[in-house]
Amino acid sequence: MGTTMQYPSIDWLAVTPLIILLAGMMVNLVLAALTRPWPRAWYALGTVELAVAAVIVEMFLWHDIGRDGSRVVINDALSIDHFTVLCWIGIAGALALVSLSTADYLRREQLDGPEVYALYICAAIGAMIMTAANDMVVLFLGLETLSIALYVLAASHRRRSESQESGLKYFILGGFASAFLLYGIALLYGSTGTTNISEMGRVLSGQVFLKGDDAMLLAGIALLLVGLAFKVAVVPFHFWTPDVYQGAPTPVTAFMASVGKLAAFATMTRILLVALPTRIEDWRPVVWVLAVLSVVVGSVMAVVQTDVKRMLAYSSISHAGFIMIGIEAAGHVGDEDGLPSVLLYLIIYSVLVIGTFTVVSLVSRTGDAGSDLGSFRGLGRQRPALALAMTVFLLAQAGMPATSGFIAKFGVITSAAANESYAIAIIAMVASVVAAVLYLRIMISIWLNDAEAGDDARESVRVPFTANVVITLATIFTLLVGVFPGWLIDAARTAASFAR
Amino acid sequence: MSFLAAATPTTTWYLILAAVLFGIGAVGVLVRRNPLVMFMCIELMLNAVNLSFVALAKKMGDIGGQTTVFFVMVVAAAEVVVGLGIIVSIMRRRPGATADDISALKG
Repeated sequence: MGTTMQYPSIDWLAVTPLIILLAGMMVNLVLAALTRPWPRAWYALGTVELAVAAVIVEMFLWHDIGRDGSRVVINDALSIDHFTVLCWIGIAGALALVSLSTADYLRREQLDGPEVYALYICAAIGAMIMTAANDMVVLFLGLETLSIALYVLAASHRRRSESQESGLKYFILGGFASAFLLYGIALLYGSTGTTNISEMGRVLSGQVFLKGDDAMLLAGIALLLVGLAFKVAVVPFHFWTPDVYQGAPTPVTAFMASVGKLAAFATMTRILLVALPTRIEDWRPVVWVLAVLSVVVGSVMAVVQTDVKRMLAYSSISHAGFIMIGIEAAGHVGDEDGLPSVLLYLIIYSVLVIGTFTVVSLVSRTGDAGSDLGSFRGLGRQRPALALAMTVFLLAQAGMPATSGFIAKFGVITSAAANESYAIAIIAMVASVVAAVLYLRIMISIWLNDAEAGDDARESVRVPFTANVVITLATIFTLLVGVFPGWLIDAARTAASFAR
Repeated sequence: MSFLAAATPTTTWYLILAAVLFGIGAVGVLVRRNPLVMFMCIELMLNAVNLSFVALAKKMGDIGGQTTVFFVMVVAAAEVVVGLGIIVSIMRRRPGATADDISALKG
């Protein structure tokens, strides 16, 4: 038996961001288990430092790819290209912001401890692996690392039964979706003979199917799309989202809506555009239908809700629909605007949604239960600065010019129009007008509604330092990108190509 | 039953069996109300996928599909740990709860 094991060569720079986060998570858990409890904000601070370190390395990596070109590393398991690195920067940035906004939430709810941060980091690692994965199996492992951490996070408010319910629902439906995704992977493996995404694209481009011969491939694509549609929460696979978003602790909701969406959409675009570019005619109509249903149903359902977290959950479904419009545009041969607009939307939306949910988490007050519209009543008088920041986030989500949200929506709609998908562009614009009603309802509650009896007895809204930092940063980003979008658009354009 | 003894199972048999198992699991998740049983149905779905992976790998003579099964089993085990943890923490609060009872969140 003279055979020796063949080890893959490892590109260490490419995986350094992952290693930093992984090591940090281990150190966090071990130190927390061995030492007496630290002042609570320290855990958050440590997580932020890790995330910043990861972002710095990712900047180097970005530069490195610009010089040496993109590549696939570790036996073609991860693809290191500008697309991956931009998503990584987004994920690490979201991790830093969410950790900061969690710091005071945990103190207020008396849920001390380092576990939440360890789970955030674990989920972020999963998300990063997912966005970089160039192999379906690696992708699945990354997805599960993200999802399993999120199930625990959703159920992590031990004293609220809503939180546990949200965790259980997310777990059952997430597992259900994972099984569909995995079955899709199995069938694609069966019809191409490989699980490697770029190899799959090569095999399919050289393969000619006789009529009816590609049943297994089509079934695989369909199951894969169902699984991914569950994960990104587009209609009709969205029904878990409102319950889970409402029940989960608010900072966790922010994390799900930013990191979870970013990773799932990045994966979806990579699979569709790298593995299945020769089957565009098969998947683009499906994406079209999902996009239209999501923008319409998301916007309309959001308007009739009374709970702000639920409203924002439905609005996130409608945003997912907008992102799908970008993917639909990217599914036209020779298109160059679709993919950058998707990336732009994902980054902008992540920051927006973290800012919004941080404000919601402050307004929900102790117990995390007051997220109905009434809780926002009088916020304009009581905390004008906070109310102003919330207004900026809401206007940006509605797509108001001079905010980042406008740049995002403008990007996807122009890319749809550039490919002559006028129907989808018009439907999206009408739906965003409907969705504007929802944002206006929250703003009216903040600024215009008169105080009612019992309002004075409510706990006043406190704005702790860490949350203040998050809201300020998110507001600055929203306005900065709204007024000077050039640099982010350039970055998104650079990132819009895949290593194969 | 002599015709059964004469038949040699082909890959297609296993793929059909896997599809049937997957279907049973999927329907189970949708119709059963006990969180534990729903969870078992998800495990059934994952194992159906494992069966198709092995059958396809055997057909193509490729080791990749068989090793994938190990990864899936590890993931399923991790899901069991987390899932049972969540279910136990709910059951401790409300013994005997079904999926219909756990429905405070709606609108």
